[in-house]
Amino acid sequence: MLKPKTRRLYLISALLLGFGGATAFMLVGFSSSLTYFLSPRQVVAHAPPVGETFRLGGIVETGTIQATQSGESLTTRFDVTDGQASVPVVYTGILPDLFGAGQGVVTIGAMTPGGVFHAKEVLAKHGSTYMPRDVAEALKKAGKWNPKFGPAPGPDALGSSS
Amino acid sequence: MIPELGHFALALAVALAVTQAVVGLIGPLLRDPRALAAAPLLAVSQFAAAACAFGALVWAGVVSDFTVKNIADFSSSKVPLFYRISGVWGNHDGSILLWCLILSLCGLAVAVAGGNLPASLRARVLGVLGLVSAGFLLFTLTVSNPFTRIWPPPQNGMGINPVLQDPGLAFHPPMLYIGYVGFSVAFAFAIAALLEGRVDAAFGRWVRPWALISWCFLTGGIALGSLWSYYTLGWGGYWFWDPVENASLLPWLTGTALLHCAIVVEKREALKAWTVLFAIATFSLSLTGTFLVRSGILNSVHSFAASPNQGLFILALLGITIGGSLLLFAIRAPVLAAAGIYAPLSRESALVLNNVFLGACTAVVFTGTLYPPLLNVFTGVQISVGAPFFNETVIPLSVPIILTMGAGPLLAWKRAALAPVLRRLALAGAAALLLLIAMTANTNLITALGLAGGAWVIVSALTDLATRAGITRVSPGAAFARLLKLPRAQVGAALGHLGFGVTVLGIAGMTLASQSVVVLSPGQSVKVGGYNWQLESITAAPGPDYTQHIATLHVDGLVLHPSRRFFSAQKVITSDAAIHTNGFVNLYAVFAGEPNGHAELRLDVHPLAPEIWLGGLIMALGGFFSLSDRRLRVGAPARRRS
Repeated sequence: MLKPKTRRLYLISALLLGFGGATAFMLVGFSSSLTYFLSPRQVVAHAPPVGETFRLGGIVETGTIQATQSGESLTTRFDVTDGQASVPVVYTGILPDLFGAGQGVVTIGAMTPGGVFHAKEVLAKHGSTYMPRDVAEALKKAGKWNPKFGPAPGPDALGSSS
Repeated sequence: MIPELGHFALALAVALAVTQAVVGLIGPLLRDPRALAAAPLLAVSQFAAAACAFGALVWAGVVSDFTVKNIADFSSSKVPLFYRISGVWGNHDGSILLWCLILSLCGLAVAVAGGNLPASLRARVLGVLGLVSAGFLLFTLTVSNPFTRIWPPPQNGMGINPVLQDPGLAFHPPMLYIGYVGFSVAFAFAIAALLEGRVDAAFGRWVRPWALISWCFLTGGIALGSLWSYYTLGWGGYWFWDPVENASLLPWLTGTALLHCAIVVEKREALKAWTVLFAIATFSLSLTGTFLVRSGILNSVHSFAASPNQGLFILALLGITIGGSLLLFAIRAPVLAAAGIYAPLSRESALVLNNVFLGACTAVVFTGTLYPPLLNVFTGVQISVGAPFFNETVIPLSVPIILTMGAGPLLAWKRAALAPVLRRLALAGAAALLLLIAMTANTNLITALGLAGGAWVIVSALTDLATRAGITRVSPGAAFARLLKLPRAQVGAALGHLGFGVTVLGIAGMTLASQSVVVLSPGQSVKVGGYNWQLESITAAPGPDYTQHIATLHVDGLVLHPSRRFFSAQKVITSDAAIHTNGFVNLYAVFAGEPNGHAELRLDVHPLAPEIWLGGLIMALGGFFSLSDRRLRVGAPARRRS
């Protein structure tokens, strides 16, 4: 049997290994896979480097949705706006059921050299009056809250983030 | 009238819970036998009152009483009876009431099954449960009252959210809640033991069955929720690292650690401090889970409502519970000194490793889930931490867990010899290595490692059972007879590990899924994942409170019917996925849209997907099987204490 001191040493090294490893993986994970949420206005003001993944959120601008079918895949082009600026988006794949003109949307992807946002994923969540929180914040900041989605959320309704 | 009775019963439950807390916690100090005898009675009556309140709300849902705001907002007379009932807990206020009901059910269980506990310990456990109950019932009564009336009542209710109109989701919240709230008993035992100043083998024996029941339900609840999102949301995914999913995973991780270190307390009187800490952590994380879901601080599909009052109230409950219990833990630390000693290579050490790495996983998931909202609250910067972060952190940390999991059960307590263990593990190691080599050639390394890890766990769990049955020493028939006579706790534990291995196989297999999004007109066909998919027709059909369009697909002789449902009341369209499974491969079809009369279809082939949930089922069943062990039966400790 080991002396208590040696045993404690083993225990502490196991703990250091586990939690040190956890911290290391976390730091690596944060630096490589953390994505920022930007509104079209922020993108137009300071375009993120080409190829860097971020989330772009806003409203799908009415009259900009164009679907093209090549073979069996469906490519959709649309503009995402926050009322002050808009960014063209191209996406290949199935759009969520609730995707549509004037609806809130969050897209994940990166800018291409042509200034077009290439979306790898398009999120529009369930509920006809649902507004993604990020989008609501961006719209509020831009002063473009659409009353169609109900009264503008005060700082309280969005948790304590203000 | 009935809702008023429910409201009154709720207020009565608050009063009874407060009394239960006071009597249960003060009684043992005064050594008053009347108080010790009263605590169980109060727990029973508190349950009765909470059950009346919940029953009244269900009644209001069944008869569609739209003067109750909760029913008017989340139900309608067109909704089928089954969902009028399940809709009661499909919304925020009702689900909190269900939470309270289950909490008082835990008190009832301790009162009824805890006859063998020392009277003062039982009173204290009930006192702690009463205190937690009082907090949550008061929350329900004051800021989240499901009995609020509206006048004049609307002609009809708003209707239930269509995605919630599903049998999977009717059972998912109650199961998950039994899991979450069940850990309150382990928590109450830990606090009561700290108050008594005695944490010994008997504590391990009492706390483990309760933790095991909750763990089984939590495992089942998580698996059911994952299955629901797989077939309902139509993205072909089973886990999204959504904050709310993470909130259920966190108590599962610490609960698993708790189950394992409680064994060490029971058998070897070591790891006491860890067991108490994990009991506190598990329930605290369950509460945090509620807080994450209910407060609306976290941006998620699951948050029903966002109201700052409710968030603050739950935050206060959380602070008092976690802060208070950790303070008590710090004060009572001296009673937690370990008695048993063990060598570096022993069952105890393997369980320490299990705890360390499960704890590390918890820390990683906790940080990834809470860092973005906290950063937003304090700095206003919006970031998101998605699946890549969790994959990069959780997968490497699960490697040592998987390795230890295979070897641990084969190690002896106290001090193990290396050679015989290695000999027994040779088969599992060979299976894993062969699979690794074979799969690396065909697929990527991560998938191969996952499959090898799953095989390692499964084969070593089977080896464990075979060795215990003595397959190398006696004839196969005799070994089988011995297998049936093995203690159920051992078989249950092996099944639990086996189930985990099966889930790992499924998760690894899913990385090989072929996915395709196509637009077809009737008559056309396409090849996806080695199968030939042909769209035959699109037909319209009525449903109870929706109309639907059904696509008929022929896949190599099989027929699939994915559909789109149009809910007129809520103006929502949902896609109902069609899944064909042979137990090893799922064919998954979603009817996503109808551009210009064509059908936009998502066609996936998911290898080993069924194993993900099959593994969860095996884990939960293993837990229940272990519970049926006579030595572990709730409230029946082998060694009575004076």
